[in-house]
Amino acid sequence: MGDMLKVSNSPHVRDKRTTAGIMRDVFIALLPASIYGVFNFGARAALILIVSTVSAVVFEGIYQKCMGQKLTISDCSAAVTGLLLGMNLSHTVPWWMAVLGSAFAIIIVKQLFGGLGQNFMNPALGARCFLMISFAGQMTSFTYDGVTGATPLAYVKNGDLSMINVKNMFFGNIAGTIGETSAFWLLVGAIYLLVRGVISLRIPATYIITVAALVTLFGGNGFDITYIAAHVFGGGLILGAFFMATDYVSSPITVKGQYVYAVLLGILTAVFRLYGGTAEGVSYSIIICNLLVPLIEKVTMPTPFGMGGKKHE
Amino acid sequence: MNKPAERLYNGIIKENPTFVLMLGMCPTLAVTTSAVNGAGMGLTTTVILVLSNMMISMLRKVIPDRVRIPAYIVVVATFVTLVQFLLQAYIPTLNDALGIYIPLIVVNCIILGRAESYASKNGVFLSMFDGIGMGLGFTVGLTLIGVFRELLGNGTIFNIKVLPDSYEPIVIFVLAPGAFFVLAFLVAVQNKVKNRKQTEHSVMATCDTGCAGCASIGICNGHIETGKQEEE
Repeated sequence: MGDMLKVSNSPHVRDKRTTAGIMRDVFIALLPASIYGVFNFGARAALILIVSTVSAVVFEGIYQKCMGQKLTISDCSAAVTGLLLGMNLSHTVPWWMAVLGSAFAIIIVKQLFGGLGQNFMNPALGARCFLMISFAGQMTSFTYDGVTGATPLAYVKNGDLSMINVKNMFFGNIAGTIGETSAFWLLVGAIYLLVRGVISLRIPATYIITVAALVTLFGGNGFDITYIAAHVFGGGLILGAFFMATDYVSSPITVKGQYVYAVLLGILTAVFRLYGGTAEGVSYSIIICNLLVPLIEKVTMPTPFGMGGKKHE
Repeated sequence: MNKPAERLYNGIIKENPTFVLMLGMCPTLAVTTSAVNGAGMGLTTTVILVLSNMMISMLRKVIPDRVRIPAYIVVVATFVTLVQFLLQAYIPTLNDALGIYIPLIVVNCIILGRAESYASKNGVFLSMFDGIGMGLGFTVGLTLIGVFRELLGNGTIFNIKVLPDSYEPIVIFVLAPGAFFVLAFLVAVQNKVKNRKQTEHSVMATCDTGCAGCASIGICNGHIETGKQEEE
């Protein structure tokens, strides 16, 4: 009888899943869109993706070695960060820019704040914004089929709806960063993550619906399917909503908080896209909301059983 | 070490206003877009700091304790106005580059801080050296930040091209976020050097409570001084 009683500290409920397993799932889910990006933009895109992924892993290894920490590169989190960063770059950027971005993501955004689980914002997006501010020219020049072209969102921004083809946009035959163009292959990856239970629909769905609703209301085009589709599929919204806003570390853990966070993301994205200076607004929205997460969690903290209710005197 | 030299050492190294005391952050972050601007701001502040320290030290027996802060501000504002007119007349380019930050020297906390903590208690001669030391410490800090921001963000140092044309300037370093990055790295380097010096030739600095009950013992292993600030 005595052998059957186990006395231990919490947590009492354990799960077989590990950080490495989840990160591997995210990495696998990103592959379809990445492979499509390579197919779409050519070998140069593959070079950028490989350089950013490998350099992210290398920087994590070097930093942990120098600081005498345990090497954690085998948990794939650095690889996911690197791949996400690569997918957020245009295939025309010089390769050293991908290396610089990876260094910024891993060393400054992630490791200086304490490594995995401690980073206050999504490292890949932090690096993308760092590069956007530093090298605005190269980061926003997109070419497709050898022709310098505008992204659908840029056409929308200029009020030129006739250039938009919803089918091309959904399958990704458009200009843009390596990983964001094909909504179809991103959704394939997202469905894989949903089936595996790595992410829930809460944040992405709320986020996308908020953006769609706000651009319908305030976009000035009314309920125009092409216009709404351009906002949902034409930029980084799908990639951002499913793969970056759902980052475990930098999104709220409370259910109510996740809704608040997603609605805030949607509002900011719509405001940036409709009234901001640039066509795109997903990355800035996500890193700003990442900073708000501690506040959101504080407000939406659930009440433990027995602690709530009115006090009877 | 004799007293004036000690004041200089204190201002430039031991209590460097930028890297150790972290005072005057507003001009530190805002005007250090280039080495020239950083040095210009630092030297302007130094001149005002020396003059106001001397003046306040002279008047320290006269100024009533209750209204000392307004009195210091009037003294500082007088010198700031003088210096700004001089800059407008003789170095108009620097005046344009620093803009609003010259009038703002009036409320620079380094100047008020030195008036309050040193000049109001010490003689004119030592207060002058305290002003020179602190001012030069500030100048060194601002110039260093300016050098790194200009180098990375523009490829130049003091407007001289040092990096090859193929270097693509990382523009973020001359914008606001770059100021925070550079300041953070310089403070980190400074702390590292200081900590090494301390562990080399003295007993380990301890926390207030001692290491036994400290939650971060796993991190520091009793080696690192945990931010106990010395105040004058």
